[in-house]
Amino acid sequence: MTTPDLDASPDGPASARWVEAALREHDAQAASEATRFEHRGSPQPLPGTVREELVLERIDRARRARPRVKEDRITMSHGAGGKATQTLIEALFLDAFRNPVLEPLEDAARLHVNGARVAMTTDSYVVSPLFFPGGDIGDLAVNGTVNDLSMAGATPLFLSAGFILEEGFPVADLARIAASMQAAARQAGVQVVTGDTKVVQKGKADGCYINTAGIGVIEHSINLGVAQARPGDVIMVSGPIGDHGITIMLARGELDIEADIYSDTAPLNGLVADLLAAAPGLHALRDATRGGVATILNEIATAAGVGVVVSEDDIPVRAVVRGASELLGIDPMYVACEGRLVAVVSPEYADNALAALRAHPLGAQAAVIGTVTAEPPGIVQLKTAFGGTRIVDLLVGDPLPRIC
Amino acid sequence: MKFVDEFRDADKAHALAARIAALCEPGRQYKLMEVCGGHTHTIYKHGLEDYLPEQVTLVHGPGCPVCVIPMGRVDDAMALASDPDVIMTSFGDMMRVPGSNGSFFDAKARGTDIRMVYSPLDSLKIARQNPDKRVVFMAIGFETTAPSTAMTVLRAAAEGLTNFSIFCNHVTIIPAIKAILDSPDLRLDGFIGPGHVSTVIGCRPYEFIARDYGKPVVVAGFEPLDILQSIYMLMLQLANGQATIENQYSRVVPWDGNAVALRAIGQTMELRPYFEWRGLGFISHSALKVRDSYARFDAENLFPVPGVRVADPKACQCGEVLKGVLKPWECKVFGTACTPETPIGTCMVSPEGACAAYYNYGRLTRHRVREATTS
Repeated sequence: MTTPDLDASPDGPASARWVEAALREHDAQAASEATRFEHRGSPQPLPGTVREELVLERIDRARRARPRVKEDRITMSHGAGGKATQTLIEALFLDAFRNPVLEPLEDAARLHVNGARVAMTTDSYVVSPLFFPGGDIGDLAVNGTVNDLSMAGATPLFLSAGFILEEGFPVADLARIAASMQAAARQAGVQVVTGDTKVVQKGKADGCYINTAGIGVIEHSINLGVAQARPGDVIMVSGPIGDHGITIMLARGELDIEADIYSDTAPLNGLVADLLAAAPGLHALRDATRGGVATILNEIATAAGVGVVVSEDDIPVRAVVRGASELLGIDPMYVACEGRLVAVVSPEYADNALAALRAHPLGAQAAVIGTVTAEPPGIVQLKTAFGGTRIVDLLVGDPLPRIC
Repeated sequence: MKFVDEFRDADKAHALAARIAALCEPGRQYKLMEVCGGHTHTIYKHGLEDYLPEQVTLVHGPGCPVCVIPMGRVDDAMALASDPDVIMTSFGDMMRVPGSNGSFFDAKARGTDIRMVYSPLDSLKIARQNPDKRVVFMAIGFETTAPSTAMTVLRAAAEGLTNFSIFCNHVTIIPAIKAILDSPDLRLDGFIGPGHVSTVIGCRPYEFIARDYGKPVVVAGFEPLDILQSIYMLMLQLANGQATIENQYSRVVPWDGNAVALRAIGQTMELRPYFEWRGLGFISHSALKVRDSYARFDAENLFPVPGVRVADPKACQCGEVLKGVLKPWECKVFGTACTPETPIGTCMVSPEGACAAYYNYGRLTRHRVREATTS
């Protein structure tokens, strides 16, 4: 049997318009750059490595181009904490709300109010299932906002709580969530001082969503931010990574995997207070939530215009998290934590900082995972346990399981 | 961690690397193709190329299931899924593969009922739970995944399910390897054989590669030491002027394959006369369709499928990348118009695709990596 002649129609086979548009844009960019690498008319092609470098430079320029949301509609990727989320925030929200307080896109905004330095943040919680090993949506909603304030170096004080409830949601579950929020608030030393309740028709929400906002005061003069990272700085994490994300994936019950694993949800304000006291050379703090540690490292590299080199052997990951990640074909570096922070510390304070973390129960397994380098700017590299090296990029979409 | 760490031992890797380097004849260049996308992923994820001498180049082959799906088939699947009675189910990797009107993810955002599953058996579960809907499973993959699709069809038949079918896009690896061997613009010295495919088909189907083309094949496992050892075994054959089929992955791959799995495939599916491969064009007898005796589980039989061919965009050089003629970065649109967020070519979609692996993990030249990490 021979191949059919499907191209016989006068117009040839159909083509995709969106591809043509992307290619036109690409051609326009290439023309405006007057790139050197094609060397039309040059008798000798450039050596491979030189051409590769030029292509990589072109990609760098493409990545620095103004972010633009190309999709017509929101997809799940826009909420996954990776590249699509970042593009949506920068291209749409930052563009709409642009102001100097918002622009650094840190975990919390830093405000000056009548001479006082105040931090403010907000976060919404839509976790499914609502109750999972090690926590529930209630303590998650309190700890998450407490942690966002803590990462700004603030002492968290007051929280708001907004509930969006689905018609038919069991009151007993709501009571359990409220009790869990109150216990978490007590542990973190904050109070829930204002709130809101809305109920939507059955099917218009998934049980219970919570929004919390929080304010805290900044009582020291350290200017924290990922843009403050400098070559030579030491990068550490406060404990094993990926516990929360893997717990949730397994708790959904779709994978038929059972494991002895618990969410790491916890308030980090106490840990941060100890760290600030021990290491005035602290440059940045981030809690590694959606997008995981890999996302934080990329934010450091991009915001500060530095390189980041981390060592796979030094990154603490529980065996059960590693095992589940291997099975599911995902990388623990991208899996969310809810009670772990990444700290960037100037080298002279690194020992003090690590000791302070390890002295606190929530940082007992803290570890130095890498350093900040001058070159190559904007890129995170991993020395693999196998002895090779590779790039760690921002996540594209949700972590997808491999199929074979 | 047991059963993982022993296959990622850096000391053993150094020892193997030294042996590989010692086998390199001065002035000779070695081009070895890893056929399977799973190998490509491992190579990049662990930075395996750092261990190879400059003379040894790895060429990334066509064995990535989603990378070879042509745009027209995605459009066909989308047409199926747009039927309001249909629940389309798909592996995660397939969700981002672009058709001419976006991907499954985009269609999902527009309200089409497309669900991600981890196993075709999950689709059966969905079919049982939704008796008033027609559940279609987007079946893709080589002989690795074909048996699980076959078993699912057999189970659906045994249960008498009437609302389940598959949209069959299974392909077979041997015709693709043959197309590569016959391609005039490519010179390869040997093949790292696909491990998971071989668990099903065994090692015998590769014998023609040694016999008729004089190239060695080593079927390899998926841990980095497996691949490094396979490269060593290939280099040893080349040094001795041999060309045979060897099985490095003998802990999993039986020489004669898995008879039960092959029987299940044979019972439910048969070869198509021809099938279009992304970038490689039409290859005869290279894909599977549902047998007539199971036509009631064949979505192509139950639904109108447009079957419109969509041309690969001219600027997209997936075909050359899949054949290993071009390195990913040598494609004109690599990393600018075509990125993992907005892939034009399928090689950029799956983590097993050569372009995505290079973009996500390798996007720095070797000497710059060495400069930055050895300080």
